[in-house]
Amino acid sequence: MKIAVLSGKGGTGKTFVSVNLACAAGKSAYVDCDVEEPNGHLFLKHDITDRLPVSVTVPQIDANKCTGCRKCVDFCKYNALALIKNELLIFYEVCHSCGGCILFCPEKAFTEKEREIGTIEEGISGEVAVLTGCLNTGEVSGVPIIKGLMEKLPEQGTVVIDCPPGSACVVMESIREADFCVLVAEPTLFGVHNLAMVYDLVKLFNKPFGVVLNKCLPEENPAEQFCVDHKIKVLAKIPFNEELGKLNSRGLIAVRENRQYQELFQRLLNTLEKEAVS
Amino acid sequence: MKVILPVESKSLDAPVCPSFGRTPLFVLFDTESGNHEFLDNGAAASQGGAGIKAAQILVDRGAAALITYRCGENAAEVLNAANVKMYKAQDGSVAENLTKLKDGKLSLLTEIHPGFHNHGGGK
Repeated sequence: MKIAVLSGKGGTGKTFVSVNLACAAGKSAYVDCDVEEPNGHLFLKHDITDRLPVSVTVPQIDANKCTGCRKCVDFCKYNALALIKNELLIFYEVCHSCGGCILFCPEKAFTEKEREIGTIEEGISGEVAVLTGCLNTGEVSGVPIIKGLMEKLPEQGTVVIDCPPGSACVVMESIREADFCVLVAEPTLFGVHNLAMVYDLVKLFNKPFGVVLNKCLPEENPAEQFCVDHKIKVLAKIPFNEELGKLNSRGLIAVRENRQYQELFQRLLNTLEKEAVS
Repeated sequence: MKVILPVESKSLDAPVCPSFGRTPLFVLFDTESGNHEFLDNGAAASQGGAGIKAAQILVDRGAAALITYRCGENAAEVLNAANVKMYKAQDGSVAENLTKLKDGKLSLLTEIHPGFHNHGGGK
């Protein structure tokens, strides 16, 4: 089963839930799709077995063939091209690799070239196979790296996909292959706003989903109320306590340290298996 | 010589706009004729690369100089390729900045920021 873990903002506990789910499952895979700032490695501390470059296709111009007609400059929605003194300037960091300029050029003055934008790391942490995407600083989009990760997802066993925060293209790409989406939410009004964003997204994609309420306190929980109001299944509640805070700040994995959390995440796994089938 | 400034509204008494790529308007001032003209900034609503597109507009309009508070790396590359001189705007109106340029009281813009999305940093 492929489980995607997402939330509308950073810091709600996506990586905490993902890492602990993968470790509770025993032999499993953890996939870090938060390619702008992958942090699952802080906990898993995996040995890297392979590192593969990820490239995108970008245009390059043959200045002898370019007549300066500007069709490409006018077409480029991302403003990656400029024509100055009849010379074409290409801004690769802004280019989205759409290929439009190459298609539209009447002189066929463009050719394609590969440009590296990041890497995919493979590794192992105990029984957990780790895949980590890493986008180079300054690059415009992590989507090509996440596409690369999706191609490498194991077919069998429990696969936990740690998504980037928010509900933009990178998240859509990260949940594409998921059989089930776990939305992690905080007990604050801001948390509810961010939960609503990912709730809309998973509905749009017709994905089965449920909510994990993280950082639960005894007081009323606006995120729980949101789940009641929208008839969303609450899969698990994780308490807001000092022990978890300490374990996290030391980069330790709760299920590997305390039997109580192993049981909590094992129950969550069982619930997910039941929910994904139904 | 044609001088361009980013401006908040259609008046020479309006302040210079702090943003270059996403200014709502530009004012184009011809120092020989003394005429001026306001241009809509077609780049203002761009998803990305606003500075590049805004710089292209300036070059296409034949600007020889730009007075601005700031300019990003990518826009500066376009402007440099077209030999557009960049001057650092001073607090005050468009008209005051034009007077200072005439009197040689504006310095060249030397600080080029790496862009607000860090797109300029990853070459």
